[in-house]
This record gives sequence, structure tokens and C-alpha cells, in this order.
Amino acid sequence: MKRTNLAITCATTLFLGAAGVAHAETIFVSNEKDNTITVLDGDTMEVIKTIETARRPRGIILGPDFKELFVAAGDGDIIDVIDTNTLEITRQLESGPDPELMDVDPDGKIIYIANEDDSMVTIMDVASGDVLAEVPVGVEPEGMAVSPDNKYTAATSESTSMAHIIENASQQLVANVLVDSRPREAKWTKDGKELWVSSEVGGTVAVIDPETWEITKKITFEVPGVRPEQLQPVGMDFVKDGTLMMVPLGPSNRVAVIDTAKKEVVDYILVGQRPWHGEPSADGKSYYVANGLTNDMTIIDLDSLKATKSVPVGRLPWGVAVMPGKPGA
Amino acid sequence: MPGVKEKKLMRVFYLGKKYEEPLPLSYAEAVIEDKGIQGARLAEKDANKAGSFLGNTFELEEGVVPEDGDVVAKAKEALAAGQRFFLTDLEPDDLLAVADLPEAEDAIFMNIRSSATKLRQEECRQNVFHIAPDYAQRADAIAQYMIWKKWPRWFLIRRDTVEDQDYAEQVKRAAGRFGGKVVEDHLYNLPPGARNLDSGHQQIQKQMAEETQRAPEHDVVWVVNSDDDFGDYLAYRTYSPRPVVGTQGLQALAWDPSYTEYGAMRFQNALPKLANRNPVERDYLAWIAFRSLSDTLKNTGSVDPEEVKAYMLSDDFKLAAYKGQAMNFRDWDHQLRQPIILGGGPRVPVSTSPQEGFLHPKYVTDTLGFDKPESKCKFK
Repeated sequence: MKRTNLAITCATTLFLGAAGVAHAETIFVSNEKDNTITVLDGDTMEVIKTIETARRPRGIILGPDFKELFVAAGDGDIIDVIDTNTLEITRQLESGPDPELMDVDPDGKIIYIANEDDSMVTIMDVASGDVLAEVPVGVEPEGMAVSPDNKYTAATSESTSMAHIIENASQQLVANVLVDSRPREAKWTKDGKELWVSSEVGGTVAVIDPETWEITKKITFEVPGVRPEQLQPVGMDFVKDGTLMMVPLGPSNRVAVIDTAKKEVVDYILVGQRPWHGEPSADGKSYYVANGLTNDMTIIDLDSLKATKSVPVGRLPWGVAVMPGKPGA
Repeated sequence: MPGVKEKKLMRVFYLGKKYEEPLPLSYAEAVIEDKGIQGARLAEKDANKAGSFLGNTFELEEGVVPEDGDVVAKAKEALAAGQRFFLTDLEPDDLLAVADLPEAEDAIFMNIRSSATKLRQEECRQNVFHIAPDYAQRADAIAQYMIWKKWPRWFLIRRDTVEDQDYAEQVKRAAGRFGGKVVEDHLYNLPPGARNLDSGHQQIQKQMAEETQRAPEHDVVWVVNSDDDFGDYLAYRTYSPRPVVGTQGLQALAWDPSYTEYGAMRFQNALPKLANRNPVERDYLAWIAFRSLSDTLKNTGSVDPEEVKAYMLSDDFKLAAYKGQAMNFRDWDHQLRQPIILGGGPRVPVSTSPQEGFLHPKYVTDTLGFDKPESKCKFK
């Protein structure tokens, strides 16, 4: 859950130049039941720190400059902002009720927050915490994604089963796209030409064309021996320079790998129980996925597409964010 | 705006009767007078929210007659006014009287109240859909868990109301299906105990031990007491230390007061804002019933009862209702397929059925209740 792959690549390069250490990175995992963020050293996979947050932290993202980590604490009705250098909560954003997922615009100036209980998207100034606008959307908004050109923000509403498109300049809805049941996350391709939306209960991923706001392709999932109703796409992350899309499939305990050009599933990787959300490593070679029921995080090697290791984290891990470099560096 | 079809209005009618509800065993527990209707109101609100993006509107009209009121007359009135989509909060006889009206042939009745198996079997109707789980689904849900626990010997204790006879039959059927055994079918004939514990507890304490003392060897006590006038007295008072399951103790429910899985907190939070109380099972069932109709309009753009019915029975119908999987209807008896929560008593639910290992070629939820080969339903 970070801004763009491009930003990561630049930052990684800069860091390598400065410190000369391969894949130095820091991993943050939100633990929904523990009310904590687990901070892991990406080299050793040791826990550096466990940060206490407001209640029920789920959505977790880094700003484009990696200086601040935003944590949506749903039952705390607040967003905790963590300084990634000191690993302390430095301030809080009054997000409105029940924030779940969010996204920051490419400049890092504006944050778009899904208020799940309130059927609203809150648009907020990151620096001041001032609410710039509230946009009414469908019931239970969750997924939030700002387009790479900063023109649109997509918000998915779980109960209404729509992707709502907000025009960022006017802060108005310009389109509502009906997708399959219970859409959870939205992601734009790097070129901004496709908007991908995962539907958990519908069991599909829809690809939407932002020229027409029509669905151009629906991707379905099938694993022999696994009941179709368990194949529930939740998180989505583009990896390998956008050629592959990783889709954690909840109760099936698998992550699907989609070829983004062909829009077909090419592999299913067995991970821990009930994987929610994931994030590629800073060097793009691995994919980390939080397993909600087994309280761990699986590391997938993106070259071989194999799960290589599991790391224990907190209770009911939900979201992952990755920062190049180390705190205090 | 792209995706906007022709604007439609869907009218939904809540048809109910104020039957006398059993009094809670404890005076401290509030008597809820608006079960069901609050869930329908929340669903109307949700549907209009979604509808506002597509140009659809939904209108809920409420018609709840008093206990001695004429529900058939109320139904006729609504049908004459053009209502075709009904949420029925009715007992079986009233539901059938309404559904069998000649002018109701093309209407749709969503049963949110009755678990009577005859409504899904011999007395099934082409214009009735069942959101409420029936006694067969409920008995199977508990039975699967009992088998999983290796507690196969059940001491059945019950009253002899029509509901209790029906449920008890399904417990026996579940025993046959899953390899359990009803070691005794025992009728409890004592009059309802005192609601006042200070005067009644000693008596109850002795009575429950006596009632369960002569039972053959059993692993659990399975109580069937729909009137709710003694079942809750059993736990911790049985002669042998045995868990209590059934209509009290561990119960098979569509909704549980402590259920939080799969986004259910949204429903737990949203209903009190509207109703000033926590949701109960019938609220959830009414919400699903309304949502089945509103989802159909959303996806088909149709308010034609024939088309709505066809869509609800199609493979495209996938209802999301906080159970972690899409729900749909069995085409042979119009029963909603659904996971069943095992809870009701403890502060967190114990489990959800179907249990692991109970398999079905198509829908695992079809291991609960009447599967196609067992169905006695012949739609007229």
C-alpha cells in the first residue's frame, strides 16, 4: 500500500547510494485485534518495535516521501500518524467515524479516507488535518485509490457494490461503476489506464476503463479441490513492474498471481490462513502478505513465486506497508 | 452519468401481525416489540443510498395488524394498491392464507419469521421465498457440530407445541443423517416456572435435576422449547454435567448478538443508530429479504415480479450478508442457503456450520436442511 512503484524504485536507489546495504527496508504490519503496529527489520525479519495505536488499526500507508506512516484505527475513529524515523505517534488526524482504508495523493498533500460506518469519503489536508470535503458514497466504503495523474480517486463501497469515482479537482462524484458483491480494494495501473477492483463475495476482480467507466474484463478464480465460495479476493498489489498482480484470496489461504497483460491467473501460492493485504518489498523481489488467522506474515519470492518464510506478527494482522531504509538512518 | 439505466421505483410492503411474543424469562430483559421491521427500515435506507447512484428509489410501506386483526384483508388492500414485494412477518397459516390469494399469484412473499418445515415441504408455494432458516437447517447445523465434537448421544427434552414437534422431528432426522442418536424423546409437562428467581430458583434447581435424572446415557441435552418457558433453566441444573443445545443453550441462528465476522460489525453498529437497540435475528432476516429485492433491481434494472423472481433463482444472484460467502436460493423449495451461527448463549459464537468435513458436490450449505433429493416440495 504505497504510492507508486516508481517512487519506491527511486527511493531504494537513493538509499543504496547512501548506505550501500542491499535491501535495507522496514516493514510495518497493522494488527487489528492487538491495536498495534509490528515494525520489522527487512534484513533480519526481527521485530524492531511494537507500536500501540488507537483501537482496530487496519489500513496502513506511507506518504510518498516515506516520512510518515498513516494508520486508520476504525474503532478509534482516528488516523494515527507515525514518524517513521522515531517510530512514535506524532499526531492524529480527525478522520471522521470508522476509517478503514485511505490513499494519499502523489504530492503527499491530500489524504482520501473511507469512513466505513458513515458512507462518506473524507478528503483531508495532510499537513493541517483540515477536512477539505466529505463526499457521500455508497454503504461501507473501503478501498481507496488515487489515480497516478491525481485526476481521480476511486472508492469502493462494500454493501452498495460500486466503485465510486471522485474527480479530485472538483471533489465531486463523476461515475459509479457497479461491480460484483462486496468490493474491497481498488488499484490503478501505473499508467492510469486501468482501474482494478476486487470483489470479495462476488469472487472476481474487475478491470475498469477510466475513459468510459465500463468494465472491460472480469477475472475469476478456480482452484481444484477448493470450494468456489472460499476464493475471495481482498487485497491487490501490482508487482514486477506492474506485469503481475498479487491477490490474497482470504479463506482459501492462497495468493493468486495474475498476468496483468493477459488478465489471467497464472499461479496460486499457498500462504497462512486468511491472507488479507500485502505489499511488495522495496527491491521488488519479494511480496509480504498478512495472514489474519495465523497471526503471521508470509514472504513470497517473486522470481520463483514460492512462499519462502513466515514471520510471526501481532494478533489478526491486516495490512502491510514497506519503507526503504531503516528508522533513524 | 455512465451506467445509469431507466429510473425505477421499487415498493416493498412489510406485512405482519402482532402475535403474542413469549415473555423473556428474566424481567431484566426488555420485551422487543419491533423485531424485523427495524431491519427492513435499515435495508430501505441502505438500498436508497445505493439507488441514489443509479437513479433507483425504494419505498417501504408497513402494514402490521393487531393480534386479532385481519391480515388477509390487509394483504388484499396492499395487492390492490399495486404492491408485489412483501416481507412477511407471519406464522404459517397466515402466510399461506395470504400467498394463496388469487390476486397474489404474481407477488413475491419473503418469509422472515417462520421456521416451519411444511412451508418448505408439502406446503411450499411458488410465490414464497424463505429467508428464515427452517428447523431442518437449524437441527442439522447443531447436529454437525455435535458429530464433529463426538457427542453423538442426545437426550431430547421438549414441550409438545406444533413448533416443538416439528423441530424434534428434524433433530431425529439429523441423527439419522449424521450418525447421532436420540436416546430419549422426553416431554416436559410441568407448567412454566416462576419468572421470579427469589421465589422460584430452589424449585427449578430441583425440577431440572429430576427431569434429567432418569435419562439414558447421553452426551448432550437437546432442548426444544419454542415458547421459551423452561429451556434456559436446564444449563448447570441437569442431573449429570452435560452441555445444553437446541432452542436454548447453544443455538443455531442466522444472527447472534455477539457475531462480528465478515464485516458484521457494520450491521451491529448501524441498527442501534436507527432502532435504539441491538439487532435480533428477525431484523437481520428482514434486512436480507429487502436486500435480495433491492440487489435484484440494482443488477437487472427490473421491478417486474416475474423477472425479479427469475433473477433471484438464477446463478447470477449472489447476496453478500456478512457471512463470508455469497448466498442464494434453492430452486426446489426457495429456501435461502446460508451458513448458520452456533451461538446465542456465550459472549462469543462457538462455531458456524456447515462444519469442516461435511461435503456436498455443489453447495456445502446444502448439507443443512432439505437437499434436492429429500424435497417434498412440488410448486403448483
